[in-house]
Amino acid sequence: MIRIKRGGWRFVKLIVFSISLLPLGSIVFDAVHHNLGANPIQMLQYRTGDWALRFLLITLALTPLKMLFGMVFQMRYRRMMGLFAFFYASLHLTVYVGLDQSFSWAHIMEDIPKSPYIVVGLSAFLLLIPLALTSTRRMIQRLGRNWQRLHRLIYASALLAVVHFFWLVKADLREPAIYAGVLAFLLGVRVVHACRKVEVRRRKPEYRNQKSEDRILISNT
Amino acid sequence: MLIKTNRGISSSEITDAKLFLERRRLIRIAIGSAIGTLGAGLAAHAAPGAPKAFEKVRKSDYSLQEEPTDYDYITQYNNFYEFGTSKEAPAVLSQGLKTRPWSVVIEGEVEKPGVYDLEEIILSQVLEERIYRLRCVEAWSMVVPWVGFPLGQWLKQFNPTSRAKFVEFVTLFDPDQMPGQRRAVLDWPYVEGLRIDEAMHPLTIMVVGLYGKLLPNQNGAPLRLVVPWKYGFKSIKSIVKIRLIEQMPKTAWNKSAPNEYGFFANVNPNVDHPRWSQKRERVIGSGLFTPKRDTELFNGYAEQVAHLYAGMDLRKFY
Ligand code: HEM
Repeated sequence: MIRIKRGGWRFVKLIVFSISLLPLGSIVFDAVHHNLGANPIQMLQYRTGDWALRFLLITLALTPLKMLFGMVFQMRYRRMMGLFAFFYASLHLTVYVGLDQSFSWAHIMEDIPKSPYIVVGLSAFLLLIPLALTSTRRMIQRLGRNWQRLHRLIYASALLAVVHFFWLVKADLREPAIYAGVLAFLLGVRVVHACRKVEVRRRKPEYRNQKSEDRILISNT
Repeated sequence: MLIKTNRGISSSEITDAKLFLERRRLIRIAIGSAIGTLGAGLAAHAAPGAPKAFEKVRKSDYSLQEEPTDYDYITQYNNFYEFGTSKEAPAVLSQGLKTRPWSVVIEGEVEKPGVYDLEEIILSQVLEERIYRLRCVEAWSMVVPWVGFPLGQWLKQFNPTSRAKFVEFVTLFDPDQMPGQRRAVLDWPYVEGLRIDEAMHPLTIMVVGLYGKLLPNQNGAPLRLVVPWKYGFKSIKSIVKIRLIEQMPKTAWNKSAPNEYGFFANVNPNVDHPRWSQKRERVIGSGLFTPKRDTELFNGYAEQVAHLYAGMDLRKFY
């Protein structure tokens, strides 16, 4: 096992951060080089949406890695991944408001009620706002146990995002189905894990002592 | 004063001198191109026997006075699910489609059914350039300089009977050449249809070319329909069969989602798609900061076609 010192972790973090910015870099590069195809606004909408969803799923994949394989190093990037999901979702929303609707409030108010998939996408985005706002160390400490409860909203947000995707495609459901499959797996792991824990706890009451240890592990991340 | 009138004579019987000369010229182009192709050792992309460019294409009063969309955009942003469901796939995956020789079956309620060779069909018609706006049901539009001929004038040659109330069009079904057909995204083959009066309307054309050149495969080669006042999915591509029938045909998108895609599918900013607004449209080729344009009733062709739907509730017959 490789041991990484404090400064080393900071370096790894910088790398993870830079990699997470690559999709943005590639989008900007293509935009500058007029390489977004015949319908560049739609392309921007697609690419920012894809990455918002992918980062949501990456965020949700970190805990299952721990549950399934006992890996923990990735847990320290949970906040960063979540914030990148929020970041790409914000860009996605900005593309819609600024480019697709040209900042026209009247057009937006007319457009949204006609598009159930946008209502759903907007809900997915709104749910992420409190999570982003409470992602600071101070807020984690202040909210204590409620922080965890609050942050379960990410499940709802991811579900809504997948519904959003299903609802906007015309006939080919393959792509959203892949994302739905991944999300189902990531949530499924949690459900199975939780069931097993309840089972173990019911069998031997001493297990209760483990709970506080768990909590420390999670809030450490 | 000389007033030209066709009344009384079906247009198929007329062969004026100009048309005759035009046919001869086209035959010459076709032969020249065939020889050229042979000489070049059958170049990979060339369709043998077909003119690569149409020499004499008549201008039309039905054309829009607007700058057409870039050729590259028209040929690289296509909805042609037979070659994949992304906009980019058809330009790549359609290149293997063999469009010559090509024949079209005409059957049903006509006195002269048969199998007709495409080259002969083209030679028998006066080709026109028609610059039309194409409005997709997905709320984007392009301005496209098609090359083609009026469908109605051509259909009359087969003497439709009085029972011909609708026209059904069928696309080629060949999963080997059309890889998108290997998945049941739609109920293949693609079928579209028009009411007979819609088919006979002078704006309705059969298209064989684009920008004065042979129609690229991804745009529906070698023969497609264009009905400019309807959403793009009505304008069926790579047609192999045309049936004149008494009953309204079951069309591909209508079968796929009847509440979203009606038989008529007339462009109408006041009747939204159940999942998005049809009020405005993104103009392909406009800049990142250009607002959408307002969609027009019947895609701007209301003056010519609104009477076809007089008394019909366009909300009900969407
Ligand atoms: C967490 C929030 C969201 C996620 C994860 C998300 C994700 C996605 C995804 C994956 C796509 C499809 C991309 C593709 O086809 O490749 C998409 C498309 C789209 N989204 Fe979102 N979205 C979110 C929120 C929103 C919001 C807030 C809006 C607008 C207010 C919005 C508007 C759209 C639009 C207009 C499209 C394109 C539809 C089309 O042109 O067919 N989304 N989104």
